[in-house]
Amino acid sequence: MSELAGTTSAVGSDAPTEARFRYVLRLADTSLILAQRLGEWIGKAPALEEELGLANTALDLLGQARLFLSYATELEGRGRSEDELAFLRDQSAYLNFALVEQPNGDFAQSIVRQFLVDAYLLELYEALQHSADARLAEIAAKAVKEARYHARYSAGWLIRLGDGTEESHMRSQRALDTLWPFVRELFDADELDTQMAEAKVAPSLDAIERLWSVRVDEVLRQAMLKRPTTTPFKWYGKRGEHSEHLGYLLADFQYMQRAYPGASW
Amino acid sequence: MHAEADATPSAVVPAGAEARLQAILDTVLDPEIPVLSVTDLGIVRYARQTASGQVQVGVSPTYSGCPATQIIKSSIVAALHLAGFPDVAVIEVLAPPWTSDWITASGRRKLRDYGIAPPAESVGSPRRLLQPALAVACPRCASTATEILSEFGSTPCKALYRCTNCLEPFDYFKCI
Repeated sequence: MSELAGTTSAVGSDAPTEARFRYVLRLADTSLILAQRLGEWIGKAPALEEELGLANTALDLLGQARLFLSYATELEGRGRSEDELAFLRDQSAYLNFALVEQPNGDFAQSIVRQFLVDAYLLELYEALQHSADARLAEIAAKAVKEARYHARYSAGWLIRLGDGTEESHMRSQRALDTLWPFVRELFDADELDTQMAEAKVAPSLDAIERLWSVRVDEVLRQAMLKRPTTTPFKWYGKRGEHSEHLGYLLADFQYMQRAYPGASW
Repeated sequence: MHAEADATPSAVVPAGAEARLQAILDTVLDPEIPVLSVTDLGIVRYARQTASGQVQVGVSPTYSGCPATQIIKSSIVAALHLAGFPDVAVIEVLAPPWTSDWITASGRRKLRDYGIAPPAESVGSPRRLLQPALAVACPRCASTATEILSEFGSTPCKALYRCTNCLEPFDYFKCI
């Protein structure tokens, strides 16, 4: 995809390259899959302004995914390109959170999903700016500025919907209850998360959860929505264990390269 | 991939080369806001010629996914080829990230003349979320009695506003 080359490589981190590759893929895939989901709104958003909002957010996320993917290809060092990572990996090799692959549903469900993720990415990128991995720190410093716009947009809509009509309130509460079980995965540190935190590549997920909770609670309060009681997670998308929805998304997303290998513009 | 960047130090470069490169880059326009040059926009981090004659231009992307980035890169290469520099490397510079604070004074004036309100303030902390809206002046009548129509506009860098004084809608270049 890109003809521009990065100027820095990872320095100052003790974490094994293979582990960092998987960690960077998690970040890349979460942005990439969410961008693809948001793109599904194009042509059918409730208003032109929202179409622009969702599409612009998707574009930023796609750009961030490319920065991560291109770094991942360098870490992997096996000559696989950014495009090959995006278009030729199967479902179980995708390491995104299961939350972002959940279907768009109605506008309320897309906004709830977006806000839960935006609030997370905002705190994560803020912290990653201080990563021991210099390249990740650079990408995060770029991405955090865009994440703020995304979170402002989704928080603004969540407040309008939750504190709107009886119907919009009901739909946003329903979406929140539906998606809440998928939130657990964002904060449950597995071996890789722990390894990255110990190497100072990534922040501790406990710290991110505390910041995220404060932000989410404040917006839910303004939106007159009830925070669901914690339900155990069922999915571990970041380890390649996905819900039934990702396969369909990838079939659509990867169709062209699967049907016409190597096709390009 | 881009031409391999040549690592030779640029100390032996003929005097005046950087000024000449700068003058060429001043003519390369943003494809989506064609009154702004890449230098007005503040995305050119450096332009230098190595002892072997290679021209290296460091460019910071505005938004991560901005499709104009690719066009801007090709335009820079084309302009330099045309000016007689056959060996050109455009290098993406991610850090420090580009900010709308880097748009030059002349760039801000050109935006306003073109009907796009320039960024209203310096960039604050990204973690602040629901702060009150900024006072954005209408590029046509200069009134600050304006309201936001949409946080996102026709390109990633713009939002949509409306002036409640002259009633014209306008684009606003976002602070980032």
